[in-house]
Amino acid sequence: MSIFVDKDTKILVQGITGKEGQFHTRQCLEYGTKVVAGVTPGKGGQKMDDVPVFNSVKDAVKETGANCSMIFVPPPFAADAIMESADGGVDLIVAITEGIPVLDMMRVKNYIEGKSCRLIGPNCPGIITPGECKVGIMPGPTHKPGGPIGVVSRSGTLTYEVVHQLTMQDIGQTTCIGIGGDPVNGTNFIDCLDAFEKDAETKGIVMVGEIGGSAEEEAAEFIKNKMTKPVVGFIAGLTAPPGRRMGHAGAIISGSSGTGQSKVAAMKECGVHVCENLGELGELCAKVLV
Amino acid sequence: MKIHEYQAKELFKKYNVPIPEGGVAFTVDEASEVAGKLGGFPVVVKAQIHAGGRGKGGGVKLAKSADEVKTIANEILGMTLVTHQTGPEGRLVKKLLVEQGLDIEKELYLSIIPDRATAKIAIMVSEAGGMDIEEVADKTPEKIIKVFIDPLLGIQPYHCREAAFGLNLSPAAMKLFHPMLRNLYKLFVDYDCSLLEINPLVITKKETVIALDAKFNFDDSALFRHKDILEYRDLDEEDPLEVEASKYNLNYINLDGNVGNMVNGAGLAMATMDIIKLAGAEPANFLDVGGGASAEMVENGFKIILSDKNVKGVLINIFGGILRCDVLAEGVVEAAKKTGINVPVVVRMEGTNVERGRQILSDSGLSLITAVDLKDAAQKVAEIVK
Repeated sequence: MSIFVDKDTKILVQGITGKEGQFHTRQCLEYGTKVVAGVTPGKGGQKMDDVPVFNSVKDAVKETGANCSMIFVPPPFAADAIMESADGGVDLIVAITEGIPVLDMMRVKNYIEGKSCRLIGPNCPGIITPGECKVGIMPGPTHKPGGPIGVVSRSGTLTYEVVHQLTMQDIGQTTCIGIGGDPVNGTNFIDCLDAFEKDAETKGIVMVGEIGGSAEEEAAEFIKNKMTKPVVGFIAGLTAPPGRRMGHAGAIISGSSGTGQSKVAAMKECGVHVCENLGELGELCAKVLV
Repeated sequence: MKIHEYQAKELFKKYNVPIPEGGVAFTVDEASEVAGKLGGFPVVVKAQIHAGGRGKGGGVKLAKSADEVKTIANEILGMTLVTHQTGPEGRLVKKLLVEQGLDIEKELYLSIIPDRATAKIAIMVSEAGGMDIEEVADKTPEKIIKVFIDPLLGIQPYHCREAAFGLNLSPAAMKLFHPMLRNLYKLFVDYDCSLLEINPLVITKKETVIALDAKFNFDDSALFRHKDILEYRDLDEEDPLEVEASKYNLNYINLDGNVGNMVNGAGLAMATMDIIKLAGAEPANFLDVGGGASAEMVENGFKIILSDKNVKGVLINIFGGILRCDVLAEGVVEAAKKTGINVPVVVRMEGTNVERGRQILSDSGLSLITAVDLKDAAQKVAEIVK
């Protein structure tokens, strides 16, 4: 078992003919992921290696039965690409693109609300069910198949670090998800925690947060009220200097939450095992999760 | 990106948002000239720097005569203005905004920001204008009215009414407030703002509504479609090393410590800074070379770290995803060849193409200190700078 993606997930790649799109499509294929189509408007009919390229998401879905899209489209066109996917009939959209304007993402978020598809990202490493399916840019060999731990993170490379430490402790992962570090994103911590709680194979969860916003506090509350499985938490940026934030108005809307200290306090209060030294995360997981 | 108040008011003018008469001045003579055209006293002389709290720091003063304009302009131009937002080193004032004084009846607060939690555009207004709004929000949150707007729908008349009634505006003021708020919303969306704040927004004795102050932040990710805003950038207001870094699309923040560090990804960079501190040392910077960094970017990042004279040791922590370890290694080798590395460098790499990356580094003949894991890396670099 796993959440959101498995060995039967069929991927289409938007922006497959670009440099990063090509490189990571190959890496996903090498990992064993079923990449069945690519989409680059104007390049329909061509092939990227053996993967057929289509002009639109709708064409790709119709011809190949793809049910998941992975997006490498550059920032100015990425919001459009996400909405095309949402309208094109895929169940899961994984947006890797970094640097999409915030207002574009707000429009996307409101547009896909009420649609049946799930968005992961943007500005994220993607999602991987080790040994079965890799939809994203994370280094595959770092992961260890078979569970029993689920990983959810707001960060990219920090997630790899966390997974690496789990693997070094010989602890496998069910599914690892990077939900992205942008202010406005799709799937959030709670969506993933809920799915992990319901996944029989997942026995414990590692949750990796960052300073800013209030997602970690809300997740902590959810853990306290709804979860039976143990959770290890880590927050990046505990020592980051204050004052590098967005004016007064940002502070008002989030109240007193958003600092590393408030997140750690909220997590501890809700029964999360908080790791305060990243170098020791693997050892802590070995102790409390398995 | 931030802009000056006088630039913000140019945008207000373009969008028919009422502002006081006035103009920018770079010299005392220009200040006198602007004041002369305003047709009466008092006038207000305001220091133009990218920080709030200017009034308290002595950067905003009322002049009751032409002579006073000269004296005050002379005093403020060239002063190092220290406010709670500038840090103790303050900012050198190089420009002034000279404006007509107003008969103020009431001071209000207004801001527009994207609300991340709801993915809506939030308008916030309060009758408690003119003061530290953070304190108002903290102690009396009921005094702040929030109106949320679906970006797909845009601002509607009822949104304006909600804000206006919340501010207890008179019918005359309300009539002026509605079009002004619609214009502000349009300006906010047209220019991809991440903050638009007016504190205070004033109601004059004649019941007109005027934006006395103006503060903007723009979404850096959207600047590609706002070339005119980029013209407003004032490099004097930014850290020179940070300006240099931004030329190469590097996310760099200069800090006080002596351990330079280069990391890929903001989260890992913050966590690396945390662990450097836990090991007993202080980071000299935050440098995220990003996911898609090229060898050239890594090289430039390295140069920027080394140009900070406080740096006594460098920690490179890369977990390869988009940024492949071989690319990083090539960048480090190039930088070392061109600039010459004069401090010890600890390298910790994992991830995509890590074997090739390690090979490139060991073939380079550079004397780099390798670390087996993050904890090891932090301890080694902390030991070096002790």
